[in-house]
Amino acid sequence: MSRKLLLEKAHVEGIRNYDVYRREGGYSSVEKALKSMAPDQITDEVKKSGLRGRGGAGFPTGLKWSFLAKPAGVPRYLICNADESEPGTFKDRYLMEYIPHLLIEGLIVSSYALGSNRTYIYIRGEYAWIVGILEQAIAEAKANGWLGQNILGTGFNCEIYVHPGAGAYICGEETALIESLEGKRGNPRIKPPFPAVKGLWDCPTVVNNVETLAAVVPIINLGAEEYLKIGIGKSTGTKLISACGNINKPGVYEIEMNISVEEFVYSDEYCGGIAGGKKLKACIPGGSSVPILPANLLLKTAKGETRYMNYESLSDGGFATGSMMGSGGFIILDEDQCVVRHTYTLAHFYRHESCGQCSPCREGTGWMERILKNIEYGKGKMSDIDLLWDVQRKIEGNTICPLGDAAAWPVAAAIRHFRDEFEWHVLNPEECLKRNYGLAHYADPRTPAVA
Amino acid sequence: MVHFPENTVKKVQEIMARYPEGKQKSAVLPVLHLAQEEFGWLSVEAMDYVASLLKLEPIEVYEVATFYSMYNLDPVGKFVFEVCQTGPCMLRGSDDIISYIGQKLGIKPGETTPDGMFTLKTVECLGACGYAPLLQLGKHYREHLTREKVDALIDECRKSSGSLN
Ligand SMILES: Cc1cc2nc3c(=O)[nH]c(=O)nc-3n(C[C@H](O)[C@H](O)[C@H](O)COP(=O)(O)O)c2cc1C
Ligand code: SF4
Ligand code: FES
Repeated sequence: MSRKLLLEKAHVEGIRNYDVYRREGGYSSVEKALKSMAPDQITDEVKKSGLRGRGGAGFPTGLKWSFLAKPAGVPRYLICNADESEPGTFKDRYLMEYIPHLLIEGLIVSSYALGSNRTYIYIRGEYAWIVGILEQAIAEAKANGWLGQNILGTGFNCEIYVHPGAGAYICGEETALIESLEGKRGNPRIKPPFPAVKGLWDCPTVVNNVETLAAVVPIINLGAEEYLKIGIGKSTGTKLISACGNINKPGVYEIEMNISVEEFVYSDEYCGGIAGGKKLKACIPGGSSVPILPANLLLKTAKGETRYMNYESLSDGGFATGSMMGSGGFIILDEDQCVVRHTYTLAHFYRHESCGQCSPCREGTGWMERILKNIEYGKGKMSDIDLLWDVQRKIEGNTICPLGDAAAWPVAAAIRHFRDEFEWHVLNPEECLKRNYGLAHYADPRTPAVA
Repeated sequence: MVHFPENTVKKVQEIMARYPEGKQKSAVLPVLHLAQEEFGWLSVEAMDYVASLLKLEPIEVYEVATFYSMYNLDPVGKFVFEVCQTGPCMLRGSDDIISYIGQKLGIKPGETTPDGMFTLKTVECLGACGYAPLLQLGKHYREHLTREKVDALIDECRKSSGSLN
């Protein structure tokens, strides 16, 4: 059993209510931090803990906090990124829905560390019912003296507000999020300046993911030393993984980052194996933007070593034979599921979500969607596969924000590992909607397939 | 002239107070949500009204309303089924659910039934991929959909007098 730091109490009866949460030890990190630590000491502790951003990029959180500019007389802001829109990802929702006070607790400690007197939770508009859950938790925290003026007699003032978005994946990108919070269209800004210097209303700003900010609670409670011991290497602490696709037990799991991918996929504690007695074909292990891997490269690296559920191991082999931890959105395809169709839906997604500011992204995502649609519907040519490769190459690295790369990578990886499946679509136009290509050389190594 | 009832006006003031002095433009997204709840969709008149409440130029509100996919810029049915169609949901049968709903209601995605009761929309990942297939109806998700559950949901809507929020 993995040790649980975030979801340990998530299923205690009534934990959404303040009294139960407090009885279970809630808000002790606020007491500890505000009464016995200076703000910079908290940042140091987070630095030492090795915590890495859980929103997708995995940037060290303490380091990010230490970049925050602190000019005198200028307000600073902390924003919690609860936009959660990357296909395959639904972990933040779980945390906020089941144990909302944990996030509020983490936000108070983090706001104190950064000197944010007004902290915003930017939540995707579709999570409308969670807004109410969070607002209730905030009201309870305030009624009990954890928010408001002069918290615990320290002179620190803090309010937390929930701000709903309105349907735009791009608003998860931190500068687009800031624009959106300012009441504008979600167009990403050109960096630099970085938000740490010029963010919300041109003030120094830190944007962190829900899970990142919740993890500050166990870091303060246990101390960085203890936190570090959980996990492995530069993947410290626990990670929430949202598992979906064709598995027996889709859902959100908190894991220690030293378990193998094989254990995660097949153990009854987690995904419980592939549904319907099928074989594993492929997996996108870190949200739709990261490269898809065929089963053989998912369970073992190209060197034949066991692959583990952590930042380093999942990216072992680079993009040629590896992938990324990303947001922790773990998507499984079984032997009968079509990589071309799946990639087509993702291309549609990115075309729909491009903000349209840069032409390689705006035009390129449209091209990719059209070509993939043709191939999926039996109207593709062999040369389309190379054209598709070309288009994704021209997007990558040529845009204002990383959405362009995020759109290009899944297409590139699908062609890299499943080119034969694309070719099969071109050669069998009558059949490609009726049946699937099925397993070939990339079959599940546990149960060798008959090609 | 459209306008909010008194308690909604109060709610607007509460929302505006969340942002520092002079930054009330930030209230535009939440207030547009209130307008959509109140009026069903965002007509030009409704957007102009929001602009006047927040002391913005109407164009500032139009710009925003047209960017975000949750705002309806055309009238919609009383019940809007927004079915997720992105990859992870597709792997769990969202295509079948979308065509089944369409068949049952006699409409295609993007259309509204002639009696103004139902609109069918396809949307992108709702952040619930493990509970697929699913749809959003008002403020809530209906998850783990099957054809039987769709039948029951449509009946529930037909029998309900309110909007099921
Ligand atoms: C297109 C795009 C979408 C993103 N969506 C999210 C999101 O939904 N949630 C999130 O926490 N980070 C998202 N990010 C990453 C944020 O820009 C930012 O790096 C993150 O919120 C930082 O928090 P962290 O360091 O705690 O991970 C997205 C980035 C891009 C480029
Ligand atoms: S890469 Fe795409 S989403 Fe990002 S700024 Fe450019 S057009 Fe917008
Ligand atoms: S893909 Fe449908 S909810 Fe994520």
